Amino acid sequence: MRLRGWMIALLALFGMARRRRPQRQPRERIVAAGQPDPRAELIAIGLLLLAAAAAVAFVVFYALGFSTQALGGTLAGALALIAAALILAAKRLVVSEQLPGEYPEPEPEQQEALAQIVEESGSRLTRKRLLGLAAGAAGGSLGAALVAPAASLGPLFDTSSLYTTPWRRGRRLIDEAGRPMLAADIETDVFYSAFPEGASKDALGAPLVLVRLDPAALRLPAGREDWAPGGILAFSKICTHAGCAIALYRTPTFAPTQPAPALVCPCHYSTFDPARGAAVTFGPAGRPLPQLPLMVDGAGALRAAGNYSGAVGPGWSGVRSEPPA
Amino acid sequence: MSAAIRCLVIAVAALALAPAGARAQPPIVRPPESGALPAQQLGRELFAGNCATCHGSRGDGVASRGPALRGVGRRAPDFYLRTGYMPLGDPHDQPERSRLQFREREIRALIDYVDSLGGGPSVPEPHPERGSVADGLQLFTEHCAGCHQVVAEGGVVTGARVPPLDQATPVQIAEAVRLGPYVMPRFSERAISDPELDSIVAYVRYAQDPDDRGGWGISHLGPFPEGMVTWLIAGTLLVATCVLIGERLRRS
Repeated sequence: MRLRGWMIALLALFGMARRRRPQRQPRERIVAAGQPDPRAELIAIGLLLLAAAAAVAFVVFYALGFSTQALGGTLAGALALIAAALILAAKRLVVSEQLPGEYPEPEPEQQEALAQIVEESGSRLTRKRLLGLAAGAAGGSLGAALVAPAASLGPLFDTSSLYTTPWRRGRRLIDEAGRPMLAADIETDVFYSAFPEGASKDALGAPLVLVRLDPAALRLPAGREDWAPGGILAFSKICTHAGCAIALYRTPTFAPTQPAPALVCPCHYSTFDPARGAAVTFGPAGRPLPQLPLMVDGAGALRAAGNYSGAVGPGWSGVRSEPPA
Repeated sequence: MSAAIRCLVIAVAALALAPAGARAQPPIVRPPESGALPAQQLGRELFAGNCATCHGSRGDGVASRGPALRGVGRRAPDFYLRTGYMPLGDPHDQPERSRLQFREREIRALIDYVDSLGGGPSVPEPHPERGSVADGLQLFTEHCAGCHQVVAEGGVVTGARVPPLDQATPVQIAEAVRLGPYVMPRFSERAISDPELDSIVAYVRYAQDPDDRGGWGISHLGPFPEGMVTWLIAGTLLVATCVLIGERLRRS
């Protein structure tokens, strides 16, 4: 009952709005009045509303985390339905005529005449306002559908999470399965991933790459002499260029004839030299991978001896030069 | 067609057909009447003739040429000889899969000889039938796809080419994971357990002949050819739609 009341009120409002419009003087027509085609008009309105529904479905599916196929299907559906409505309007609803000729210089009178032509071309339309509303709904919701995925770009107002990491002095390193990593188990020529014990693995600063080099081959920057017990080095796994995971470890079987050890990002081939504190040797990265100081406890387990040497994560306009908290 | 032009055409065709990066493999040196030699002597003489320049006459290695082979067991020679990685003409080149020049009996004799230098790890026996392709895909993505690409088509790492795995046999895949040939890292049993390795082998076998649900794999090269196909098909469809809904202006 209440819904019906609202609908009557809405209709009355529209009626009043229509009545308040000032009456204009009838002018001489330029475009011949066309035959109204209410059926085509209804179909066009229906198509536009369906397009709006598909675009709204895109936003809902995006918010609920549906599959990429569902997102693509609804977006394609919205665009296809709008296209179908436009084709129908052009073919069946707008009075058209062919006027071959030179382009005239724009003059005020002609512009007025042009405006009149545009207005009179709509003479076949009987539900102009509803059609306009449907087109507005379709366009508006399609716009919302296109803007919605921007929410995936990351934190909008609160970027403090980019400046803190879960690593603290004494926190143990665990592997993917949650087992503590023992210094004695870390072999050379092997590539390990490690995470902080008792903290989220999803934090930007959480994942580490762990490699072991010959301690005599290390050329770490000054002040990091005791950061690599037994030649075990830990770096942030997040590339300092675009934030991909460092997934490539180049490690020669026979060093004299083969390329030197390197950590490489698979996205743009930024190459870091682990022996020199992950200094950039090739590629677009602008700063070394942040190094995490390590220590070995009484039980032989690897623990962090502090926080990273620099800011974790990709390069961006607001990146800070000081180490994270 | 004159003989000179014909020679030129043949030379150009041969250059165009030669695979990129192909190098001259050193010719094999065989002892006289090698077919009649006992296996032990055949292995020793083949090693002396084809391997000792870089690996040393007793397998102790030569500094700046090649690593020592004492203690590598049967695993490394089985992999390097059966993939054609060895013999390598220039020790600074990247070893690549190439045509096998040693015969089966010669390969077995060489593996026995290298193993006799000091023993070591045996040839792994993977069981891909016990593995799961789905788990294998996940493990391959995590450990291997960074270099080899998720469809095992290979690629590059700075300073080296990453081989495609299209011809790798299950034993060779397992050997490569445990050995880390050339600049590939080794994976210990702690990083990849034997049952996990079975799944990885099962996935690589699947990726060698994948079941393309989209109908056309476009060489499994990823987004670039897929984008080209999309543009060509979508572009044609758009032009066709424009022709269908538009009408041509008739000038009288």
